Amino acid sequence: MEQINTVLGPLSFGQGGWGDDLLNGALLTLQLALCAMLAGLVMGLGLAGMKLSRTRMLRWPAAAYTLFMRGVPEFLILLFVFFGSDSLINAVATSLGFQGGYEVPKFMAAVAGLSIIFAAYACEIFRGAYLAVPSGQIEAGQAIGLSRSQVFFRIRFPQLWRFAIPGLGNLWMVVLKDTSLAAVIALNELLRIAKLGGETEQSPLLFFVAAGALYLMMTSLSDVVRSALERRARRGMAGA
Amino acid sequence: MYQDLKFWVSDTICAGLSPISGPLFAKTCSRFIDGFLVTTELLALACGIGFFLAIALTFARVSGRSVLVWPAQIFVYVFRGTPLLVQLWIIYFGVGSLGEQGLGPVLWTFFKNPWLVGLLVLTLNTSAYVSEIFRGGLANVEKGQMEAALSIGMPWLRAMRRIMLPQAIRIAWPAYGNELILMMKGSALISTITVMDLMGQTRTIFARNFDLNTYLYAAILYLVLAACISVFVAVMERRFRRSVGR
Repeated sequence: MEQINTVLGPLSFGQGGWGDDLLNGALLTLQLALCAMLAGLVMGLGLAGMKLSRTRMLRWPAAAYTLFMRGVPEFLILLFVFFGSDSLINAVATSLGFQGGYEVPKFMAAVAGLSIIFAAYACEIFRGAYLAVPSGQIEAGQAIGLSRSQVFFRIRFPQLWRFAIPGLGNLWMVVLKDTSLAAVIALNELLRIAKLGGETEQSPLLFFVAAGALYLMMTSLSDVVRSALERRARRGMAGA
Repeated sequence: MYQDLKFWVSDTICAGLSPISGPLFAKTCSRFIDGFLVTTELLALACGIGFFLAIALTFARVSGRSVLVWPAQIFVYVFRGTPLLVQLWIIYFGVGSLGEQGLGPVLWTFFKNPWLVGLLVLTLNTSAYVSEIFRGGLANVEKGQMEAALSIGMPWLRAMRRIMLPQAIRIAWPAYGNELILMMKGSALISTITVMDLMGQTRTIFARNFDLNTYLYAAILYLVLAACISVFVAVMERRFRRSVGR
């Protein structure tokens, strides 16, 4: 351990080193990405349902939402949510008769900001996957007398995932990388820790490169998991 | 001269918008338009240079010579595997921290200029992503095309450039259009290294008035930019289709 620490210098573990802080930051990055991805998936499913519905009242808001979210920088949305959520919650609180001055936790604000962005992308993925189920299967289901909900839950829904997995894998990589934007709103995730460490130890290059290497490790690992999942999703498909 | 043109553009646009815009936008309009122009300018340069760099990278990756393949692969892997923000900060704050004595006078004038560093990082980043897109396009061009070109005696590079690449770009064009939009959204991050692009101006304005509408106006301007890019991509796509005769 001693020897490792002398090699690592300011990146060493334990007292006075930044190694464990950086790893904690990486852990927070992963937590942030996981929470944002999960919330984004749930919202994305809802949005996809709206976009596929027959009522215009549901279809148009969803279409406008995805168009807006995919045309505006993530950074802008994140800052808007970060600054906006405080005023929103205080406005609600004062209107209910409570005292103002609340602050939304930065982690919650970051999760909210990232997830409303990625819901728009997840929506498009789910919509594509829904439409990718061959229509012959749906007709076959109707022909043997399944009801609409049975067709959905027994034929479409189980297959949704296998068509959606390649897109969702890509989305996860984007989410993982975009969590770094939370450093700008002073959430102590990997990049922000690296910035703090670099400023304290006066060697920003070393710390930023270390952060970059940790991001690269996380994306590489995700890539391995992704290709395994994709292989599994392709089982039994024609041309696999 | 060029700066005068930019001032003229922003003055004209703001004068034209003043009857319909609210008081907040009217007061800060020239800032928004200035930022908009900086973003557009950086994007055009980064995507233009990045396009050619991506072609060079793609050729290196499919050349089959390990001296060329490996560096290009590693470059693409690293730039696609790390966040853009980290790349920006490594180069601007990290490399920039070496100072004049560490970098020498020439490099130092480059690395102390946030606009140039922003352009460099955006260019490198987009070239890595676009190279991946072009490689996918190349893989979908029929192999017989390359064999035919080589068998009539074309050198490898010329066959790639004249036969394979045009078809690959046509195949990859929709994906390339997506990447242009992603690039436009990513460019907002250069405001963190003090470039006064649209996002930088927006943050400055917000820091003064704490009015959340500021972000809304910026969002509209970014949507305008996204619409322009979409139209450009669609127009080019129609051209490609016409020249193939479909």
